[in-house]
Amino acid sequence: MGLKEFTKGIIRQNPVLVLVIGLCPTLAISTRVENAIGMAGALIFVLICSNLLISAIRKFIPHEVRIPAYIVVIASFVTTIEFIIHGFSPALYQQLGIFLPLITVNCIVLGRAEAFAAKHSIKDTLLDSAGMGVGFAVILLVISGIREFFGTGHIVVFGHEIVPTILASPAGGMILPAGAFLTMGAILAILKRLKVL
Amino acid sequence: MAENLIAIVISAVLINNIVLTRFLGLCSFFGISTKLRNSLMMGLAVIFVMVCSSILTWIIYYSVLVPAGVQYLRIVVFILVIAAFVQLVEMIIHKYLPDIYTAFGIYLPLITVNCTILAVALINVDVEAYSFIGSTVNALATGFGYLLAILIMAGIRTRIDLYEQPESLKGMPIAFIIAAILALAFQGFSGMGG
Repeated sequence: MGLKEFTKGIIRQNPVLVLVIGLCPTLAISTRVENAIGMAGALIFVLICSNLLISAIRKFIPHEVRIPAYIVVIASFVTTIEFIIHGFSPALYQQLGIFLPLITVNCIVLGRAEAFAAKHSIKDTLLDSAGMGVGFAVILLVISGIREFFGTGHIVVFGHEIVPTILASPAGGMILPAGAFLTMGAILAILKRLKVL
Repeated sequence: MAENLIAIVISAVLINNIVLTRFLGLCSFFGISTKLRNSLMMGLAVIFVMVCSSILTWIIYYSVLVPAGVQYLRIVVFILVIAAFVQLVEMIIHKYLPDIYTAFGIYLPLITVNCTILAVALINVDVEAYSFIGSTVNALATGFGYLLAILIMAGIRTRIDLYEQPESLKGMPIAFIIAAILALAFQGFSGMGG
């Protein structure tokens, strides 16, 4: 217990790689590292807050209406984060677009609520949600890093050039939808080859 | 109505295909597309729920949320409407059409958390601000685009299983690579319609 609940989400039960859920934002938002950071932050916020609340009220929710109850809790936190991002960073709000409200139906959040938060204590839920959130963020950053580097030739985060322009003629296809699927497929194949998964 | 319905259809089915261009509904797209029959059932169920829920959410948005000035509650309200609607349909079908229930039963609950449904409801009022007719046509066409994508995907996946593949590509990795090639093909439509 304890630390194990946190670390399992990062590799062994990584939500994106192993459970293959939460794909929509992973692939859609990963055109730039900047967007990936915003998305990961928003998702971690919603994941931790809603699962903590669900864990806290799990004994009061009748079994039959648990899914609608979870969805209402999640949707409320999504509305909150939507206000926060809209207020503090309108540019990021524009970039995330429809994927911000769609965190509501993100399988990671609802999946962890049903599979973990509904049955465990607040402390374990916190560790589990944080681990899953970090696991999601790592994959999102890796994919967006690969796509931005090969697609535009350099990586710029909040105005700072993290990786300078190395590729003279970037492959624009990498920031098209096809590049997202290709990157994801390649990562899965490499991990399978290395027997990590 | 100034909207061009044909343009909405072409845009929703081909140019902005919900799965391959907008990246929505991917969980079910990869999860279910291993069998052609299941994909067809899922696609039809999605079309049905998508059209009905977009009609419901459009009416509620413009007759309740906008007059009350609480548009920011749309996420909570929409998802509740969709969940309640799916539950209702499931109960009705279970009671009166048991044959259809055995065929569609397991796909209906899955649809509640299929992000395409909520996405279309949000696109209708938020992104594009379609009229009522436009929203309904958009929902129908988007659902059809989903059906098209998942059928193509399932067709390719059932065939590719017959051929020899590298060990590390079997299963999910090859599915993503197929999706990449499909997405590239659909990219070709982006010049259409302007």
